[in-house]
Amino acid sequence: MIPELGQFALILALVLAGAQAFFGLFGAARGDLRWQAVVRPAVAGQFVLVSTAIGVLVHAFVTFDFSVLYVASNSNSALPTFYRVAALWGAHEGSLLLWAWILAAWTLAVAIASRNLPASFASRVLGVLGFVSFGFLLFTIATSNPFERIFPVPADGRDLNPVLQDPALAIHPPMLYMGYVGMSVAFAFACAAMLEGKLDQTWARWTRPWTTTAWAFLGIGIALGSWWAYYELGWGGYWFWDPVENASFMPWLVATALIHSLAATEKRGVFKSWTLLLAILAFSLSLLGTFLVRSGVLTSVHSFAADPTRGLFILGFLIVIVGGALALYAWRAPLLRSPAGFEGTAREAFLLYNNIFLVVAAAMVLVGTLAPLIADALGAAPLSVGSPYFDKLFPMLMLPLGALIAIGIHAAWKRGQLGSSRGRILSGFGVALLSGLVLVYGVYGASKPLTPIGMVLGVWIILSSLFDPIDRLRRKLSLPRAIIGMTLAHVGLGVGLLAISMVESYTVERDAAIAPGETLVLGRYGYRFNSIKEIEGPNYDGVRAEVTVLRDGAPVATLHPEQRNYWVQRSTLTEAGIARRWNLDMFVALSKNVGGGRWSVRAQLRPFLGWVWLSAGLMALGAVFAVSDRRYRVRASAKESAGEPTIAQGSAAEAS
Amino acid sequence: MRINFRALVLALAGASLLVVALPCGAFDIESMPTPEMQARYDGLTHELRCMQCQNQSIADSPVGLAEDLRRDVREQIIAGKSDAEIRDSMVARYGNVILFRPPFNPSTAWVWVLPFLLLLVGVIVAVRIVRQRTALVASDDSVIESEDVPR
Amino acid sequence: MSRFLIPAAIFLALAGVLYVAVVHSPNKSTMQSALLGKPVPEFNLPVLGRPGMTVSKAQLSGRPWVLNVWGTWCVACREEHAALLEIARQNALPLVGLSWKDEDDLALDWLKQLGNPYSVVAVDHDGRTAIEFGVYGAPETFFIDADGRVQYRHVGPMTPEVWEREFLARVPRGGLP
Repeated sequence: MIPELGQFALILALVLAGAQAFFGLFGAARGDLRWQAVVRPAVAGQFVLVSTAIGVLVHAFVTFDFSVLYVASNSNSALPTFYRVAALWGAHEGSLLLWAWILAAWTLAVAIASRNLPASFASRVLGVLGFVSFGFLLFTIATSNPFERIFPVPADGRDLNPVLQDPALAIHPPMLYMGYVGMSVAFAFACAAMLEGKLDQTWARWTRPWTTTAWAFLGIGIALGSWWAYYELGWGGYWFWDPVENASFMPWLVATALIHSLAATEKRGVFKSWTLLLAILAFSLSLLGTFLVRSGVLTSVHSFAADPTRGLFILGFLIVIVGGALALYAWRAPLLRSPAGFEGTAREAFLLYNNIFLVVAAAMVLVGTLAPLIADALGAAPLSVGSPYFDKLFPMLMLPLGALIAIGIHAAWKRGQLGSSRGRILSGFGVALLSGLVLVYGVYGASKPLTPIGMVLGVWIILSSLFDPIDRLRRKLSLPRAIIGMTLAHVGLGVGLLAISMVESYTVERDAAIAPGETLVLGRYGYRFNSIKEIEGPNYDGVRAEVTVLRDGAPVATLHPEQRNYWVQRSTLTEAGIARRWNLDMFVALSKNVGGGRWSVRAQLRPFLGWVWLSAGLMALGAVFAVSDRRYRVRASAKESAGEPTIAQGSAAEAS
Repeated sequence: MRINFRALVLALAGASLLVVALPCGAFDIESMPTPEMQARYDGLTHELRCMQCQNQSIADSPVGLAEDLRRDVREQIIAGKSDAEIRDSMVARYGNVILFRPPFNPSTAWVWVLPFLLLLVGVIVAVRIVRQRTALVASDDSVIESEDVPR
Repeated sequence: MSRFLIPAAIFLALAGVLYVAVVHSPNKSTMQSALLGKPVPEFNLPVLGRPGMTVSKAQLSGRPWVLNVWGTWCVACREEHAALLEIARQNALPLVGLSWKDEDDLALDWLKQLGNPYSVVAVDHDGRTAIEFGVYGAPETFFIDADGRVQYRHVGPMTPEVWEREFLARVPRGGLP
């Protein structure tokens, strides 16, 4: 009985989403405040209903209700509680429900925070969000119902994919969806502005915190996925340019361009077209990501049972959303001109160059990811695209971007005035060049040609970012959170660039078969395979090895790589043994038992890999500071005194 | 004289450990006769896609097909085939799809060229915008709010 | 207006590609055999259950035949087995099995239990022959014409529809010699 309650709740939520969209958009168009007053209650109701649906599904998981097909397919009586809850998003249907719930939550947040925005604008934002919710809920109910029952009820479930039975991967989808869904808020703000016909600097200021928050979540989600891949997939890599990874990376690149474009629009009223198009593009790429991983077009060549229905639905939704937004854009194009001027070395110009590189990078990733599909559609020769393509082209775009960032940080609005920053630019570059050369030729040794370039740029970006805040402190000026945030994020970027250059150039790797007692040698380091014993966990058994890492013969770390066989799904997974030092990761993973007591293992030394995660953390932290800046919290009273009607005033007027 | 077999076995085991613990270390599972061949083997096996997997090279994949293809690469290197010949043999049997790096020939060059075309378009757009905006600087009398506020 | 046209055009092109991709996805071009139109690779393999006997490309030339790659470890092969038995009953084309990376006694047991649709089964223990055919998973079924050229490869379990549409349709009119 209870699972049907969840289904019913979803259907009701669908109705409310429809109401939210209808009354929000048409209420604003007609200027009808009573219609608009329906919107916020609809949002609240939708949140309650979708929460109920999710609660029902979680309950089904936690109580082992295998009569629900989704639970039977993704859980098992031996599954630990934490993963029983995480199993909610373990497969398609449940993860769609998670998407819908996160969307309802963001919408609720927007509804609360927008009470002081002009009524018609807020109604339109919520109306657009309602339209998106409607699409997702309809998709869920029509093609991907998580509450479907199965008869006869199986005695036990098929277990959660063992690959997902891991803390990092458990939290990765919610983080990622917070990012994807957050892009819908930026999109809604863009559409609302186009519908209102008011695209000004105030609008940009309202949009920024939402977009920055979504960007931060997306970045964290991507970093978590990458971190998980590193220790779980057993070959020590952290980024594979896999279609699924690319599907999340593209919106992140575009969102980065968007937050910078918004900065220019807020400050100077320029780049309105760019900002609108980037908002549309970011959200489209989020939807495209959803499409790519669920429609079966980009899975392994041996998947036969692709369900075109789901793919067609999302594609249709994508066309309606993006087509509609582009139509609005075409309609409002005349409003987008601004009289502001700036020079080629001005901050606005650098942001423009920035964005061009970011968008081209995203386009390049899109071309690479879709290449097999494009070739097929055009009837051209079949081909596939993998890491070598991306690894070659991405640095070619990112390194010039790095240089532009290091210089552009110093540029002033409108007139650039880079001349007055010449000292900072040159000294920053000088120190960076020196440190880069020392690291490459002094400490680590020459490697690929791009290595010193990446390292110099990384250090240069860090130094460039620090000049302004330090100068402000010196001159006893205020250091607003927005500036702290920007500094942290840019430093994070520099750290990331430095770390990736180091890791890609100086990783040492060896695959070998060793037996207990033997030592695998990697330069000054040795991996001594001490022992291997059998282990058992709640829903798996396997082996656990003990490996001591020696440096110049002296032990520096002990690693415990495991290999687990999960009983129900009968799949085998590796858990790598990793010791992390501030400047090095020591990695070992078990591959195969080759008989005679020998195991084939992969051993790696990865310098500065940890700094890649640090970089993601710094960027997200920067976003937190930026979003909490005072100027986003002060506008409430300013708006009311300006006399524009808010919902609160509107209903008061009605009541009197 | 009673021989303490346990001690003997342990001594032999210990001695063999000693031998193995010397700098020669352990041997590779699929090692090639020369370091140059090993480098070629590593390079090629990382460039070839495991056709059964989502997105892995035959170097990284544990499945049977990957093993078979690695063995094929190994045998071809030892038989004296060049890297290009080995790649061609793979493409002849599995199509372009087996290469992670799309080849650069008339039917596949578009995938390499397209990003550069887009960059070119981007540069042209940027130049145009900057020209337009620079021309507006003289007539732009907007005041830029300074962010220098005393603490 | 151009501000709008360019994004719109790009978007429409992309939507077109994705639409085609979704509709095509059950039979992607990546699954097309690279050997289409090319001669069948040379092989000379032992026959399952007949020690001392071998089967080779030369023995099979001169008429169209079908190669089915399978293994007892392959779940989808089990799914297609009934269809293969039916196809064998119709006796339109010789069905040659390729026992891929399997053990002979397991393979023999399987055929004994489930029925044997094959006129002969070639044994490929180490997979060397299969990779010459560009096989990357089981089951796969090849149509080879009378001149010894590969004309079609079906990836996945064989079904009566595919058999009729792709295999029988390629049998030359006027029957087999």
